[in-house]
Amino acid sequence: MRLGLKGFAGGGTFAHGVHPPGRKHYSSDAQIEVVPAPETLLLPLQQNIGAPSKPIVKARQDVLYGDVVAKSGGFVSVPLHSPVSGKVKKSAVTTLPTGLHIEAIVIKAEENQTAGNDFYADLTGADWPKNGIGEYDPNKIAEAINNAGIVGLGGATFPTHVKFMPNDKKPVHTLLVNGCECEPYLTSDYRLMLEAPAAIITGALLAGHALGARDIVINVEDNKMDAVDALRQAAQDTIIRIAVLKTKYPQGSEKHLILALTKHEVPLGGLPSDVGMAVSNVGTIAAVAMALIKDKPLTHRVVSVTGGGVARPANLLAPIGISCGELIEFCGGLNENASRMIAGGPMMGFPFIDLETPVTKGTSGLTILTEEDVQKAEETSCVHCGRCVDVCPMRLVPTKIALAGRHKDLELARRYNIMACFECGCCAYICPAGIPLVQLIRAGKVLIAAMNKP
Amino acid sequence: MTKKEKDKLTAFEKATCKINVASSPHLADSAMTTRSMMIDVLISLLPVILVSVYVFHWYAVKQLLICIASCLAAEALFTRMRNKPFSLLDYSAVITGVIIALSIPGTAPWFVSVIASFVGIGIGKSVFGGIGMNIFNPAMVGRAFVMIAFAGYMGASGYQNAGSLVDAITQATPMDLFKQSGVVPSLSVLFWGVTNGSLGETSAIACIIGGVYLCIRRTASWEIPLGVILTVAVLGGIQNIVSPDSGWTVLHHLFGGALLFGAFFIATDPVTSPLTPKGKFIFGAGVGAIIMLLRLFSGYPEGVMFAVLLMNALTPLINRWNVPKPLGEY
Repeated sequence: MRLGLKGFAGGGTFAHGVHPPGRKHYSSDAQIEVVPAPETLLLPLQQNIGAPSKPIVKARQDVLYGDVVAKSGGFVSVPLHSPVSGKVKKSAVTTLPTGLHIEAIVIKAEENQTAGNDFYADLTGADWPKNGIGEYDPNKIAEAINNAGIVGLGGATFPTHVKFMPNDKKPVHTLLVNGCECEPYLTSDYRLMLEAPAAIITGALLAGHALGARDIVINVEDNKMDAVDALRQAAQDTIIRIAVLKTKYPQGSEKHLILALTKHEVPLGGLPSDVGMAVSNVGTIAAVAMALIKDKPLTHRVVSVTGGGVARPANLLAPIGISCGELIEFCGGLNENASRMIAGGPMMGFPFIDLETPVTKGTSGLTILTEEDVQKAEETSCVHCGRCVDVCPMRLVPTKIALAGRHKDLELARRYNIMACFECGCCAYICPAGIPLVQLIRAGKVLIAAMNKP
Repeated sequence: MTKKEKDKLTAFEKATCKINVASSPHLADSAMTTRSMMIDVLISLLPVILVSVYVFHWYAVKQLLICIASCLAAEALFTRMRNKPFSLLDYSAVITGVIIALSIPGTAPWFVSVIASFVGIGIGKSVFGGIGMNIFNPAMVGRAFVMIAFAGYMGASGYQNAGSLVDAITQATPMDLFKQSGVVPSLSVLFWGVTNGSLGETSAIACIIGGVYLCIRRTASWEIPLGVILTVAVLGGIQNIVSPDSGWTVLHHLFGGALLFGAFFIATDPVTSPLTPKGKFIFGAGVGAIIMLLRLFSGYPEGVMFAVLLMNALTPLINRWNVPKPLGEY
């Protein structure tokens, strides 16, 4: 089965979902800047879904840029590399915005680091091959991806080598590269597509070759047409095609991306490979290219620092492990009216108050909202208007699930398929009664998880 | 922190003082509140109100004022008794008042309107826990009570007031006239609404204008009126085929009585109707079927109120039967 892209089957969109204000203008025109390496870096040991990484360095040990400081903790896990040259200090415990308390390796950097500038020059440079990709051994590609510590940079941080391993049981015929970036405010993927389209194309060819995919489609929403042009230009003479999708939230959810493009529904509780697809974020794909062609592990990533609450919104190439406070300071600090700091975008991101919080592999942006943005109407009673049902992209009944969460009624929660919810927040966004639906659903999930534990 | 300490902080630190956390999503659709939905309902009722005032003059004004005032008073009294937060500002009690006023005869005495309002708000809504918690449509609960308690004022003869200066009130309602003596009114009278009946039900066009507005705004779910109208049209069509000589056509069924008013403004009460689109359609179809059952087989000329109340009782069941399949489940 080949994907006929012209007027694709899914029509470029999916049923339900919402249209929150995009607010990309804060940072969409800001070219990616390289942030100088800070004095100390904090590398949390859990930066991927799955087992935490295991530290292999001791305090007072010297490390060089790119050295492995923690090895993979299992099959679904990746190693961690040092983004700087410097000295390891006593490890510390840090709290991530997700609420996870985790041990972190602390590295004191030497002065005059050039790693960030080199990384940027390589990423945006011109010498990215489009031919000869077929000569790489598919298994070697997956291994190299693992060794480079690459995880899904869209925020889910699923170890990428697991996805890109050749799989005989569930062969993948189509690789979808996700450039939708449907979260309001965030522009890191958009800037990457504009500034490093060649790296993305090479990465997509490599990943597609590893999977044995016949089709490679890069998906971009129609509010980023110049990114589409840049990618089309770079993709000339390759099998890669660019699909333009309608702008909608949560288009970047992999299940909805597949739905919008092909009309296929990924089975509930299943993976894209169940319908012969693999989905990977553009940043991840660029990291794959960096690992295989430039031999650079995942030590830096593009982070948008944006919103009305920050003095100078920007897109930054930041070393992983730098503190969020330092990034904000690099952008001129917070404005007087700053009211909430979010790791990620406003729809699904996690709020934090500690400026020492480190940037991890999954930090796609820091959104700083103002008092005006976060003003919420007081919660009133549910009048069963059904708007949450109308917008739920998973076709759930959010109000019932939230009710179950509030009253700890697990039977009701299961009947309404609580576990199918991926917390996109459409229901809470639209709710006229201002009910914190997602929060209540999360509470219900926690209860069910606690029940299922032996 | 003392004021002196505060002054010493840098701008950066000052800003971080105000940082707060809350669960995602961090944005909300600011145009959408319960109150704005309720105001939408009031706007949609304007054409109906204007027509009723045009046809019934001060009879309509009197009923509207009495019902709105009594509903607000009842809401204030009962929320106070239950120690609940004051809830008049959400306009839901105003809407109940307007619906009660529009669903009773202009000639009904003042105490009938007051009792309908107090029963509607008190027993129909407040005892269940206030807005959002009631099972039955409050306006219809209030109306049902006075319908039974004051049958004389609310039944067929209650609509006529031979001594009235308002032309419409001197005649029987079209539904009664047909039931009693087989007289078929012209469609244009039913469509424009210059005839006798409950205040809000007479004009089909006013109900359609307001109803379509509500559906476009998604404040009412179009599935419910569609279900009602389709079912009535189909069953009315069958009745026409079975006994073609009565002269009462499908359009008479649709434009006559409280059908359109009920379909657009009463059955669509979100609190007492199902949640999912499919459930809403089933609910509407059920309302339509019960209306036709009563119209065709009972001596009772008009069944919108009972149809809505009966289907309200079935709403929890409809919700239970219509748990939608999530994306990817077959």
